[in-house]
Order: sequence, then structure tokens, then C-alpha cells
Amino acid sequence: MLTVSIYRYNPEVDEEPYMQDFEVDTHGKDVMVLDVLEKLKIEDPTLVYRRSCREGVCGSDGMNISGKNGLACITPLSKAVKKNKLIIRPLPGLPVIRDLVIDMSQFYAQYEKIQPYMINNTAAPAIERLQSQEERAKLDGLYECILCACCSTACPSFWWNPDKFIGPSGLLQAYRFLADSRDTATEERLAKLDDPFSVFRCHGIMNCVQVCPKGLNPTRAIGHIRNMLIRSAT
Amino acid sequence: MVTSITSLGRSGLSDWLLQRVSACVMTLYVFFILGYLTLNPNLQFAQWQALNSSLPMRMFSLMAILSLAAHSWIGMWCVFTDYVTVRLIGPKATLVRIFFQLGMIAVTLLYTIWAIDILWGI
Repeated sequence: MLTVSIYRYNPEVDEEPYMQDFEVDTHGKDVMVLDVLEKLKIEDPTLVYRRSCREGVCGSDGMNISGKNGLACITPLSKAVKKNKLIIRPLPGLPVIRDLVIDMSQFYAQYEKIQPYMINNTAAPAIERLQSQEERAKLDGLYECILCACCSTACPSFWWNPDKFIGPSGLLQAYRFLADSRDTATEERLAKLDDPFSVFRCHGIMNCVQVCPKGLNPTRAIGHIRNMLIRSAT
Repeated sequence: MVTSITSLGRSGLSDWLLQRVSACVMTLYVFFILGYLTLNPNLQFAQWQALNSSLPMRMFSLMAILSLAAHSWIGMWCVFTDYVTVRLIGPKATLVRIFFQLGMIAVTLLYTIWAIDILWGI
């Protein structure tokens, strides 16, 4: 039997959060953490968490699994269970709405700040704006972000200043548009990032790289933004 | 763009560059002093005074002092804006943070002026 310890908090009933232990029989199978939660949900329908695609594409079920942020649907028990115990908490640093569900408003507010859309005010061509293969290749490792918030909520700089530091996820997306040959607002985008908080609160501890379930590297993208700022300001 | 009026350079990029350059200057200074002491095991006061009162050494020491001042200003400013915030210690945080930031700036400037006075008094 596997012991699963889950963070529980229902603000309408509980005065404060607590950890609740469950015993789960996985029949020795190396199932995903989400499968365990689904099984528990049948036993205790009051358990609340987000999930949708169950295959690491939607980014809904980001949570803290045995101390490391990740997606429950693609994290096998073999990577999460320590001493026959699985500990599941909500993503750290953002307000908890209930159980494993967090309020991601602050995360999305930072995402909105970087204007995550193409800006190009030149006349649109007849069919589409073309890129060379080399220009397109620059977007690899950037566009794949699914906004699960595992990286930003693993970042101490984001914990301390979630209203001022854009965070690894937002900055990865910022670079995705800075690197796009079709975007013409590079200078305007850079001008909005040159303050002591938005980008430069990153101290390069690379928690974001360690936890990203898609294997992306926000620290490298932040380094590229810094280099672009240096090129433009010196 | 997040406004900031108590950081050293007012710009993230400027502070970032200054932090790195000042770290290099301080490292060079420490290695130079350690190297000099190692290579002169029987160092006497007269030789030490002659070294420190020479103009190139004074300029080098001044650069190290200014680097230390800039480095600590930027570093301490980061610490205060990380941990002395409304989010962590409540509504009094802004007042407390301004007090600490201005205190840190005053102490840094006073130490710098004092160090320059010592340097040119050798």
C-alpha cells in the first residue's frame, strides 16, 4: 500500500490547511500521480484539483509532487515516491483557492504584461509573413511553453515579488516574441523590461530549468533578453 | 516597466553590469593584496606605507572602495526589496523598507567618504 499525503484546505470549512493521509493500492503498477488522484477522488469526492488533457499538453495539473513542481499526469510514481510515501501540495507561492487549486491571476497578469502576441504594423502580405528555416528555428524551445506555472512558482524571486518580477514563464514568452523575425516591436518590448525588477530579479538559480515538465530552459531565454538589452543600451 | 527610485542606477541593466564589473575589481584587488603580502614575507611599515601612498595604489584602492560601495548598495537593495515587503511583513513594510534603504545609502556614503579620507591621509 502506498501512503499519499495530500494538502487539504477548504476556506469555507477549515481554519487552516492540513495534510491528510490516504492509503492507496496501486497493485504494483508504475502509474502516473494523476491516476492516484483520480482513484482518491472516487473515494473522497471533496478532493479538489485541476486536470484536463491528462497527457502533459494543457498544463492544468501543475502541483508540487514530493517537493518538486511538475505535472501530475506525466509524473510516474517511480519518480515521485520516496520511502513508499507520495506527498502532494499545491504549487507554492500563489494563493490557494481550495486543496490543490491555486489562484493564478498574478501569473497571468505577468504573462499579459509582456504582450504575448505578434506586433507588426506593416501592411500584411497577400498570403502570410514568411520566415526562413533559420529564423523559425530560433523559436524552438520557446513556443512549446504550456503556461503550467511550474517554473514561476519554483522561483524564489517570483515568490517574493510576483507583482513586479515577470517570472521565468513570462520571460520565456517575452523572448519568444523578441526572437521572432516577424515581430517589429523589439525596441518597445525591450524598453519595458529594463528596470531592476522585470528581468533582473532573475539571479540564475535555475529552479525553473530543473522543474519544467516540457524540458525548456527559461534561464537561457532570460540570458538572451539580457544580451539584447546590453546590445541596445551600450 | 516597474519604477524604482532607491536602486543605484535606476535601471536593471545598469545595476546588473555594475554588480559584475565591481565584483571583478574587488577580486583583482584582493588577489593583488594577497599576492603582495605573500611575495613580501618580511614586509615593514615603511614599505607598506610607500605602497599605499603611491598614486597608482591610491587609485586602485579608491576603485576597490567605490566598487564595494556600489556592490553592497545593489546587493542590499535587492535584499530589502525581497524580504521587507507588504506581502511578507504587512502594511508597515513600505515605511520600514524606506528607513532601511535610506539608512543603507547613508552608511554606504559615510563609509566611502571615511575610506577616501583614510586613503589620502596615509
